[in-house]
Amino acid sequence: MSVIQDPVNSGVYSGQDQPGGTNYINHSKGVMSWLLTLDHKRIGLMYMVSVLSAFALGGTFAIILRTMLFTHSSPENPISDSGQELYNQMFTLHGAVLVFMFIIPAVPAILGNMILPLMLGAKDVAFPRLNLLSWYCYIVGGLFFLFVLLSGGLDTGWTFYTPYSTSTSTSVAAATLGAFVLGFSSILTGLNFIATIHMLRPPGMGWFQLPLFLWALYATSLIQVLATPVLAITLLLLLAEKVLHIGIFDPALGGDPVLFQHFFWFYSHPAVYIMILPAMGIISELISTFSRRHIFGYSFIAFSSIAIALLGFLVWGHHMYTSGQSGMANAVFSLITFSVAIPSAIKIFNWLATMYKGSISLATPMLYALAFIWLFTIGGLTGVFLGSLALNIHAHDTYFVVAHFHYVMVGSMMTAFLGGMYYWWPKMFGKMYNEPVAKVAWFLIFAGFNLTFFIQFIAGSQGMPRRYADYLPEYAFFHKFSTVGSYVLAAGLVLVLLNWIHALLKGKKAPQNPWGSNTLEWHTSSPPPHENFAETPTVSDPYVMGAWDYDESIDGYVHNPQKAQELAQQGHH
Amino acid sequence: MPSRDITEDRHDADPRPRDITDMSSDSAPQPDKAHGGHDNRPPHLAHHFETPKQQFESGKLGMWLFLATEILMFGGLFCAYAIYRGNHQDVFLYGYGALDKMWGATNTVVLLASSLTMAWAVRAAQKGQQKLLIAMLVATFMGGVGFMGIKAVEYKAKYDHNLFPGQQFNAFYYESGKPKYPEKLAHAIEYIDGRNAGRGGASHGTDGQGGEHSDAAPAPGEGQVLQGAGHQQAEADAQAPAAVIVTASFAPPADVTNLAPPASPADAGVLDSAIDHAGVVQTPHAGHTQILWEDLSQTERGKVHIFFEIYFLMTGLHGLHVLIGMGLIGWLILKARARTFGKEYFTPVDVIGLYWHLVDLIWIFLFPLLYLIH
Repeated sequence: MSVIQDPVNSGVYSGQDQPGGTNYINHSKGVMSWLLTLDHKRIGLMYMVSVLSAFALGGTFAIILRTMLFTHSSPENPISDSGQELYNQMFTLHGAVLVFMFIIPAVPAILGNMILPLMLGAKDVAFPRLNLLSWYCYIVGGLFFLFVLLSGGLDTGWTFYTPYSTSTSTSVAAATLGAFVLGFSSILTGLNFIATIHMLRPPGMGWFQLPLFLWALYATSLIQVLATPVLAITLLLLLAEKVLHIGIFDPALGGDPVLFQHFFWFYSHPAVYIMILPAMGIISELISTFSRRHIFGYSFIAFSSIAIALLGFLVWGHHMYTSGQSGMANAVFSLITFSVAIPSAIKIFNWLATMYKGSISLATPMLYALAFIWLFTIGGLTGVFLGSLALNIHAHDTYFVVAHFHYVMVGSMMTAFLGGMYYWWPKMFGKMYNEPVAKVAWFLIFAGFNLTFFIQFIAGSQGMPRRYADYLPEYAFFHKFSTVGSYVLAAGLVLVLLNWIHALLKGKKAPQNPWGSNTLEWHTSSPPPHENFAETPTVSDPYVMGAWDYDESIDGYVHNPQKAQELAQQGHH
Repeated sequence: MPSRDITEDRHDADPRPRDITDMSSDSAPQPDKAHGGHDNRPPHLAHHFETPKQQFESGKLGMWLFLATEILMFGGLFCAYAIYRGNHQDVFLYGYGALDKMWGATNTVVLLASSLTMAWAVRAAQKGQQKLLIAMLVATFMGGVGFMGIKAVEYKAKYDHNLFPGQQFNAFYYESGKPKYPEKLAHAIEYIDGRNAGRGGASHGTDGQGGEHSDAAPAPGEGQVLQGAGHQQAEADAQAPAAVIVTASFAPPADVTNLAPPASPADAGVLDSAIDHAGVVQTPHAGHTQILWEDLSQTERGKVHIFFEIYFLMTGLHGLHVLIGMGLIGWLILKARARTFGKEYFTPVDVIGLYWHLVDLIWIFLFPLLYLIH
């Protein structure tokens, strides 16, 4: 962090200079000033470092398992037992680390923490201490997972299905405790965001003047608060089962293993929307800003977030079509699963309509937004395929499923996260990243992702089962192709990281508002001062950007209060 | 004596908003010039809130959200309860006999009384009655002590009769279709059958008979016991033919074989016939209020321990919440002694009070579901 403690002349280019040139990063010094900070922005940064570390770790596991899949066994070259065990560990840890420690916290905990209070013109979240506690929960949960890594690993798959998870000798108990503590981190973040959005909106910002990113975070938080405790109790039961052998999920002792699946997916399906909803919120901001048009269908996008959150609670059974549910239950879950496509499609169409006749700028964040629309459409529609009963039986537990959820969880969520990181990077650090390099990295990621995963749809539809360390020779082409693709994807991600480090060290100073967006975080200097705003910003429609004039000398936008007043009087749209 | 205050409370339609409104108009800065008003900010107002009212309402909203997570968390256990009770009604009817209604009822009263004193403490804090506040908080804390004390007595009784959860402790734990601890099981059956029969309405004769069967139950030849049970069943049919309801076991045949795999090839034949018997269990529900060990099918016998797992998980998690609440109330007592709370600032008392009421409410559901099954 010492690198960025150099007191940058933050906001020198704008009309809202920060007296003394201090910002939240160099406001106070020393390790303790970070570890005990209550500042949402610093907590966001600490989350960024820890979550990105988890991302690197989980990504490394992915590369290892894809490399193992590059070859398959043959009579001359059989796969060893230890190799199979290693493979089981790798795909389990890949899933568990990336789900619990990257995808779920990434957008809310990093970008949400950083940006949510700024977007509200507030000084902090409602409960700063809980916010810090949530980071510590994350760290403790992470330590549990580190312990798992060093103490025999984990080979249950990230879903911890019983009865295997209660009989394997790997560190299920530690992983369960880790996920339990991480759940608290998630609950505390969600609780904080709901209270903040309810209580700390500035005068003049009603619910329908909220930026859509906040609607998305609000819907996400509802799921975090209402679904995560069910995971908590499930994991406690699993722990009791593992340690005391209470038998509640063990058929040999009179328990019901399918109950575990119900409990698990009652959390873990809504958790899919914890992953994707905030990503959609980012996309709403990016599409409007970089099309320089008012967002189309604001209230439809806002309500579709809530609809997705609510419907998300009612579809968990589609993970269990083959677990012996009744035909009626399957049919109902299938129908509700289809209905999730409606609010999702509403978002896509509104984003497309926003771009229509817009003045589109293909800056890096916008490239990620466009990639999102592509990848999410593929991931979402294949989800509809899988939601239909007959096809699901064929595709169940094949690479088709793997490809589907990677298109949603990685293709969509990760691209939105990266787009959001690029978009708010200047705000967070006061530095610009290198645009051409960022575009090259984007291309590698987009291409690499599709190379890796699109072919898995084909492999899956031809019967390649998931979670297997080995395969028949006829699947060799698919696997080799996919593995090569994963290297391209990894290269893109490494390039992103290098670009970010370079931006921190040598990046050009960022203007207050490089994109001309009108949400409130752009009304303060880059990076913002400790108290967020030198003077309380005036609330106006977040998607009317007419009051920002481009200034070539700073390569950024400057607020024109006079125009802002005129626009406010006109009532715009 | 408490009733007077309660009535007052009812008539005095919630004094809180009034206090708060007064406060904000007196001293809180107007939102638009928030940053100018630092001098007259009340000491308890955190820097990121504009008014005490905003801070108070945020705290309260935060606690309500937390309570929602608690309900969902306990909801998982209630759901497990419902599923196992629905699938194995007789197991629950049998197992709950080990619980003591009187202790449960006493604890309900203790906890309800502590909810009253908690509510009273909130009111005392709002009105700035320092001594009353401390007295009521101490009374609430003592309610927690009483509750946990009684719980400890109850848990002790379970421990003494080997009814703790887990394979090391529970007498009803089966392994490969056989009781793991035959002697402990005999004692536990004697204990529960004795209690169940003692509650009256049992159709299966005297306590002595029950005891006899429980002695036989853990003997290595399970078939014997089952034949004995079949015999008793026939007797029961003869005694009260009109009252017999035939219920099918919910367990599919494959499940049953899973549950009770033959211990040795020699036993297989006996066991198979026992399972046939268990497939359609004739359960004397109506007319008999209590279930005895011999009424349980082989499948159900292997599941009795589940009742105790659920009992301990639910009351244990609840007890943990009581302990946490006692810790919080202890902290409130210390704060109240330092005269922290008053008309202007009582948020912690209020939100911890909400938490305490929820813990109380969860017990209100646990008590009938566990202690009053029949």
